[in-house]
Amino acid sequence: MRDVAIVATAQRPSQIGTQLTSVELILPVVAEAVKNAGIQRQDVGFWCHGSCDYMSGQPFSFVAAVDAIGAWPPIVESHVEGDGALALYEAWVKLQTGECDIAVVFANGKTTSGPIDRILTLQADPYFVTPLWPGFDAMAALQARACLDAGVVTEEQMAEVAVRSRRDAKSNAVAHLKGDYTVDELLSGPYTTAPLRAHDCSVPVDGANAVVLAADDVARRLAKRPAWIRGIDHRIDTQRLGARSLTTSDSTRIAAEKAGVGRDKVDVAEIYAPYTHQELLLRSAMGLDATTTAINPSGGALVANPAMAAGLARFVEAAEAVFAGRADRAVAHSTSGPCLQQNLVCVMEGD
Amino acid sequence: MAERCAVVGVGQTNHSSCRADVSIAGLVREAVDRALADAGITIQDVDAVVIGKAPDSLEGVAMPELWLADALAAHGKPVFRVHTAGSVGGSTAIVAAQHVMAGIHGTVLTIGFEKQSDGNAMWALSVPIPFGMPVHAGAGGYFSPIVRGYITRSGAPSHIGAMVAVKDRTNACKNPYAHLHEPDWTLEKALETPMLWDPIRFIETCPSSDGAMALVLMSEERAEKMSGPKAWVHATAMRSEPTAFAGREQVSPRAGEMCAEDLWRKGGITKPAEEIDVVEMYVPFAWFEPMWLENLGFAPRNEGWRWVEDGVTEMTGSLPVNPSGGVLSSNPIGASGMIRFGEACMQVMGTAGEHQIDGAKKAVGHAYGGGSQFFAMWLVSSLKP
Amino acid sequence: MSEADGIVRLRQPIGVEYSWSAGPNATSHLSGLMNGKLIGKRCPSCTLVYFPPRNGVCPKCAAILAEDVEVGPKGTISTFCVVNVPFLGQKVKIPYVAAQIVLDGADISMQHLIQECEADEVRIGMRVEPVWKDRSEWGPTLESIAHFRPTGEPDAALGSKAGES
Repeated sequence: MRDVAIVATAQRPSQIGTQLTSVELILPVVAEAVKNAGIQRQDVGFWCHGSCDYMSGQPFSFVAAVDAIGAWPPIVESHVEGDGALALYEAWVKLQTGECDIAVVFANGKTTSGPIDRILTLQADPYFVTPLWPGFDAMAALQARACLDAGVVTEEQMAEVAVRSRRDAKSNAVAHLKGDYTVDELLSGPYTTAPLRAHDCSVPVDGANAVVLAADDVARRLAKRPAWIRGIDHRIDTQRLGARSLTTSDSTRIAAEKAGVGRDKVDVAEIYAPYTHQELLLRSAMGLDATTTAINPSGGALVANPAMAAGLARFVEAAEAVFAGRADRAVAHSTSGPCLQQNLVCVMEGD
Repeated sequence: MAERCAVVGVGQTNHSSCRADVSIAGLVREAVDRALADAGITIQDVDAVVIGKAPDSLEGVAMPELWLADALAAHGKPVFRVHTAGSVGGSTAIVAAQHVMAGIHGTVLTIGFEKQSDGNAMWALSVPIPFGMPVHAGAGGYFSPIVRGYITRSGAPSHIGAMVAVKDRTNACKNPYAHLHEPDWTLEKALETPMLWDPIRFIETCPSSDGAMALVLMSEERAEKMSGPKAWVHATAMRSEPTAFAGREQVSPRAGEMCAEDLWRKGGITKPAEEIDVVEMYVPFAWFEPMWLENLGFAPRNEGWRWVEDGVTEMTGSLPVNPSGGVLSSNPIGASGMIRFGEACMQVMGTAGEHQIDGAKKAVGHAYGGGSQFFAMWLVSSLKP
Repeated sequence: MSEADGIVRLRQPIGVEYSWSAGPNATSHLSGLMNGKLIGKRCPSCTLVYFPPRNGVCPKCAAILAEDVEVGPKGTISTFCVVNVPFLGQKVKIPYVAAQIVLDGADISMQHLIQECEADEVRIGMRVEPVWKDRSEWGPTLESIAHFRPTGEPDAALGSKAGES
């Protein structure tokens, strides 16, 4: 395996109801990431983009994104229908083949131009589930109920996740929801989709971000302290909520094992948990100890969830923690599908 | 350096305009089961799955690979989704091959599918966004002016498109999986079909199909243990460029030329027309055969149509193109590119049956998409690289 | 729901509504069409003029198209097709011509209908001009223009910059 690292990142403050097009969202973050890496567009050997047509409300919506990256002369480029974290995985695979040394990964998610809860429900089984229009939040609520009933989580623990996320977000310019709250305050609010309250659900926002990856000596040349990818893996579970345990996450557990999370102490974990109870489940599935690992010090996806860019945002935050020396060893996680169906885990280390 | 990768199993559905007899999952499994049987393995032997398809709105399921994890017995495994417009079948196969070449997985199953009959394609592809004038001309209305540009530039006579179409429809009769089986076409009859998008005639357009293609790819270590025929991946290439910019060459896009140049370089090919035995080329409108012959560096500029006229691309010619019948005979969009890639493998594996080109050792699969802007190609051979 | 060959089939209509933003960089183009004006955008890097400005960026330079430039109204046909397909809801009699037109002062072609001449008279290089709909029907769309028609001027050669073959 080649040594591959994140050497530069870029993201912009998230917005609700942005008037920018996806292309206008992407263009500045890609330009900034390229600039931060100290390279030119022409130095990039592979580009990979993550986005979702149904969120853009347009088939082939990603085609316009090549306009934002200056694809001339023609470039080597690919696109995943999904979170940018998966695009990063494809770029990592590409770098492992030795075909190129520098890759740029970018993602965009405009969650506020359409009914996101309904759109994500379209991921469900089209014959037996979607016709019932359960709603994405409601499926997560089913999972939360199962966790509460099993004693895996409590409503207080869930509120604590929200309190910590909003507090930590105060120092994060891209976060949308930030401030000091108390558990009692949050628990006094009404259920939105019982047993979930508003604070248990992430805030859908519009956003874009970009990451530059490089291999071996190129990475050493481009970054003072590259965030070396020491392990990365993704796994999927059955989608059927009745056919898997909703109180654990097998796919996360396997991906974390393959990525080597447990091999050493983790300083920072950036977890894509769109619901409070899911952070608790994911921590447990990855074997993370919140007393020794800072969980979502950026505030995580709860305070700003640009779906399809939110997983890549975790990579941005974890890599920046390594760049700045706040972490020697960091974990980035991304999820996709109803109730944490698909999960990707990555371990990064500083030199 | 990258590891070697071989395709050891190829399986496709019986393509047709409406596979009402199966669900989306059933369609996918039909191709998968045939590919696994061809490889002589079971689905439990698969380490990872790479799926591609064209826009999700064609079936109305967002990111259907999530839901299809059940049908693919993929629990606890990696499932990866690619979407690069019409080239997606090709780029998906390339991403799958790279998982093997990078040494990450030993056995990868890759799938391209589309079940257009489950949705409403005309609706799914027309979203009222105010930058274009709705001239109600469809894909033909987009590509026909480009074909006109080629005809004007090359001086090709107007019957060339019909010749390609008759060849592909005739070839398709030798392919049991093809959507269209129409044995009675002659050039005279073809020229009588109406001009839909002048200069494109009815016969020169592709059908709309349901279908899937699946391939089993293995590392050298695993492939060596398999007794069946193999298609070794000698080279892969992808290139993209923007849809529209001032002065863009649309007849022979630079991205297509660069993709082919990259493939020939990586595959050690210096004289493509002599060294390649058979090409499965993405030709949704017949005129694209001579256009791509030139774009990919097989024929000199403005000479592609002469090759068609001289029968070079017939099954009996020196460079057979689309012995399977091509996209003109089956077009499940998200699978079409992978069908090209898979048919190229079948040729060098010697498993193409009645449309086999005898002794084929090196074959090329080609796919493109968007406004002739996304290109994916691979070069496969019966011989190890 | 229908049952044929013993297989149950069901129809599941899906409706999702979006509010779509043209973005700040392309808005002047669309506003222009509401007011009978053809506004293109110039790339600050390569100086070429885009009409329409697509996503508000120059795809070659990855630069925001900031400067408004009035183009046309006349233009030249760069290529075309004759449509013989009776699409559902089609309001124009077939055969009709869908042409790529490079407006004077623009460096990229746009697609529109050619009317007021026979389909077989249309040719590459033909000079055309817009026929606007009634003012009451103008909106932020190229549909504010009913069609283009020949001007009768001599054919023009297209500049190499705009030569979208």
